[in-house]
Amino acid sequence: MRAFALYGAKRLGQFVLVVFVGINIAYLITHATPIDPVEQSIAAVTAYGNTSPEAITMMRAALRELYGMNGTPLEQYAGFWRRIASADFGPSLSAFPTPVTTLIARALPWTIGLMLTATLIAWALGNMLGGLAGYYREHRGLRAMGMVAMGLHPIPYYIVAFVLLVVFGYLWPVLPITGGSAMNLRQAVDLDHALSILQHSVLPAASLILVGVGGWFLGMRALVSNVVTEDYVAYAELGGVARGRILRSYVMRNALMPQVTGLAMSLGTIFNGAIITEQVFGYPGVGSLLVAAVYAGDYGLVLGVTTISIIGVSAAVLLIDLAYPLFDPRVQHD
Amino acid sequence: MLSVQGLKAYYMTRHFGVQREVRAVDGIDFEVLRNEIYGLAGESSCGKTTLIKTIAAAWKPPLQIVAGSVGFTFAPDILRLAPAELARVRWKHLAYIVQGSMSVLNPVRRIRESFVDFAFRHLGVARAEFDRRVSAHLARVKLDPGIVNAYPHQLSGGMRQRVTIALATICRPEFVIADEPTTALDVLVQKDVLDMIREVQREIGSSVLLVTHDLGVHAHVADRMGIMYAGRLVEEAPTRELFRAPRHPYTAHLIASLPRIGDRTTRKPLEGSPPNLAAPPPGCRFHPRCPLAMDRCRAEVPPLQTIGAQHRVACFAVNA
Amino acid sequence: MFGTLRDLLKTNGEFALGAGLTAFVFLIAALSFVSPQPPLDVYVVPPDLPPGWPHVFGTTSRGQDVFWQLTFAIRNTLLFGLTVALLSRVISLVVGLLAGYKGGWVDRLLMSINDTFIVIPLLPILVLLYFVMRDRMTWGFLAMTMALLGWAYDARLIRSVAMSLRHRDFTRTSVFSGMGTREILQREHLPYVLPIVFSTTLNNMNWSIGLEVTLAVLGFTDINTPSIGGMIYWANQHTAMVAGIWWWIAFPVALVMMVFIGLYLLAVSLNEYIDPRSRLSRMGVAS
Repeated sequence: MRAFALYGAKRLGQFVLVVFVGINIAYLITHATPIDPVEQSIAAVTAYGNTSPEAITMMRAALRELYGMNGTPLEQYAGFWRRIASADFGPSLSAFPTPVTTLIARALPWTIGLMLTATLIAWALGNMLGGLAGYYREHRGLRAMGMVAMGLHPIPYYIVAFVLLVVFGYLWPVLPITGGSAMNLRQAVDLDHALSILQHSVLPAASLILVGVGGWFLGMRALVSNVVTEDYVAYAELGGVARGRILRSYVMRNALMPQVTGLAMSLGTIFNGAIITEQVFGYPGVGSLLVAAVYAGDYGLVLGVTTISIIGVSAAVLLIDLAYPLFDPRVQHD
Repeated sequence: MLSVQGLKAYYMTRHFGVQREVRAVDGIDFEVLRNEIYGLAGESSCGKTTLIKTIAAAWKPPLQIVAGSVGFTFAPDILRLAPAELARVRWKHLAYIVQGSMSVLNPVRRIRESFVDFAFRHLGVARAEFDRRVSAHLARVKLDPGIVNAYPHQLSGGMRQRVTIALATICRPEFVIADEPTTALDVLVQKDVLDMIREVQREIGSSVLLVTHDLGVHAHVADRMGIMYAGRLVEEAPTRELFRAPRHPYTAHLIASLPRIGDRTTRKPLEGSPPNLAAPPPGCRFHPRCPLAMDRCRAEVPPLQTIGAQHRVACFAVNA
Repeated sequence: MFGTLRDLLKTNGEFALGAGLTAFVFLIAALSFVSPQPPLDVYVVPPDLPPGWPHVFGTTSRGQDVFWQLTFAIRNTLLFGLTVALLSRVISLVVGLLAGYKGGWVDRLLMSINDTFIVIPLLPILVLLYFVMRDRMTWGFLAMTMALLGWAYDARLIRSVAMSLRHRDFTRTSVFSGMGTREILQREHLPYVLPIVFSTTLNNMNWSIGLEVTLAVLGFTDINTPSIGGMIYWANQHTAMVAGIWWWIAFPVALVMMVFIGLYLLAVSLNEYIDPRSRLSRMGVAS
């Protein structure tokens, strides 16, 4: 148990480091550039020009105050961190005066739901099929699947999302291509609403799954081919252990361990994919929020989403890291 | 118990248009009797491993059985057995002790689960009774029954080897193949492990085919021995007889090269090197390095002939 | 080396396909030098013409020939990918070799930093960067930023190769003969690491081009330099799909997909070739 506590502490330390470095990068970008984000914001917001000069001055002062542009660099840095710690990103410029945190809180469940289901499905499906492909090397169906995976895997999220949009939006419109749920339904917890959500999430999820599953398939197939040559597998075959048991408990189980680590490492990339997928399908998650915020020049919202993304992804990685000893007993007892 | 006749097994590879045939096992005939330990000795790459893989019906391409048969009393023609029947024979009648290296046991399964995987369906008893038998058996190989809950990486090399011995013998198989069971262990543990193998063998009354290049190990536990060279059996005799009066020049050299307390003569190494099994020398495979080589040896293959009680030699010089 | 390439082309289907696709794409990029139209000019040809002659890929709503636009776009995109990949190789190599060779606290420190950059989601950061830079964002700046952020995954791969080299005999000999760390890494280890560096370069190109296309499609880069993402962006701005001008999007998408798949197949087949075990299993010898 003590070994696990040590392991957990190390992972927690890594989490803190990641969040710290990430947020510092965000700080550097916003404060260490020759561009003044406040001016940019004001320029974007007042682009349709009906704001009086006094309003602009007031806005500038308020923004500078809010975004910690006043004071010495050190004071700015301290102020920045103080605000992050209290999760206060100020009001959203494009949806004034709604606080940024409210907007993010509204959008976050959508993203988490989408990412969670799509990632898990892609991971589980990819690993299962890849494992079978690695074990039954001669199976024609699985080999064909391998080639499809190789063709799909390198294609970036945007292209797949876009192709799906075109196919299901114009060529064969059977699924909704925008929104999180039908507009005319009550936002209540009932079956209709749930079904509508499900229907609207099919395409975004499919886009994420199609891109992701190929990678897991190919990785697992390679791992299984290696594991199959291990001594303990040969020994089990010599010992007449049931084939199904060898496949499950000897081959797949051992090949799965690096895939768990791989899952943690690819969460950042999957999140990137989720952002662009949401944008393509108008899905109301933090990705769409981020893009809309950039178009609107909403500095606080952009900063807020970036920060929350960093913390969120790191937290998810931490959870997976902490769960890893469940898969690999060697880590637990080391 | 075991009868091997005219066994030939080659590695056949074909790539980029080049065909190669490595004659790892090229005509082997021998028998292992009930309730005895038969030791198979020979240097590396003489074909021992290929032989036992074939005997255990565990060969995979590119290894192919070219000729011959392998018969056990419980499975008369094991090479042509269907996979389902093979699985039934395995472990209950034919078991295998491997080198207890780091990775011979599944690292993510506890020892108890490994026992269940290998032996549970053969014993046909309830789970509680099975666990009891496992604990008793582990105690017999001098292991703390508590290790059933451990993972393989938590055990030492000697403990892992003893676990594999226990695993192999728990179903009381009639035939056990032991492949280099002590090579990776230090000398003290070696002695323990060997004694254990012999103890278990006497208790169950099974036959053991012990394969190792270490002649000292054979001297310690083997009842009869066979010497392999370049894919063929060159001599076979009861252990004591073999060490006392080896007939084949190769065997003589092997025995003479063993260090002996009080013997200060310099050891002369054999000229040449083990033959390339893809293109072996014609006739007797040993003739390029043999001090007794005659013209006949280059042309014909010497057959294995009985020259004494249970003593067979394949050499024209001896059998003349 | 050419003998090896010829063998690979003959026996490895993936390599042949990957090489073919990549060569095709490079050819198109090279054609940009003979383009009759400067890339930034608009309304030089009749807009919205479907594919035919003389505009083999049709024309855009902005009055540009899709084919010639494409040559420039793919050239810039490829150049961008190459730049990022080469720049980040330097960091990957230094971090990977040092961490793998030194081990101990150096390794742990470097890997902590490394894992940090793997975990941090890069798109929000790049979006933030664009937000702050707006019109001042140039290609070079974006390339440099991505190189500074995208070295982590490959550094890990290089590190594992370096770790296996650490315990080899020739390393020990070098140490005993008094070679310094930098010398050993450069003279002895680098040749072993180069093959995997090459395949990671290809993967890195895919990654950076993918990220750039994503950013450009959103309009978050320098939209005046023609790139594949930029073409798609402008097509979306002019609602090309709805207007039925499918060729404006289809051809850039098809071409960039060829880049991705081509580079990927090359990387995979090279990797398989480098790893002796997989090379042997391909030849039919049991491992």
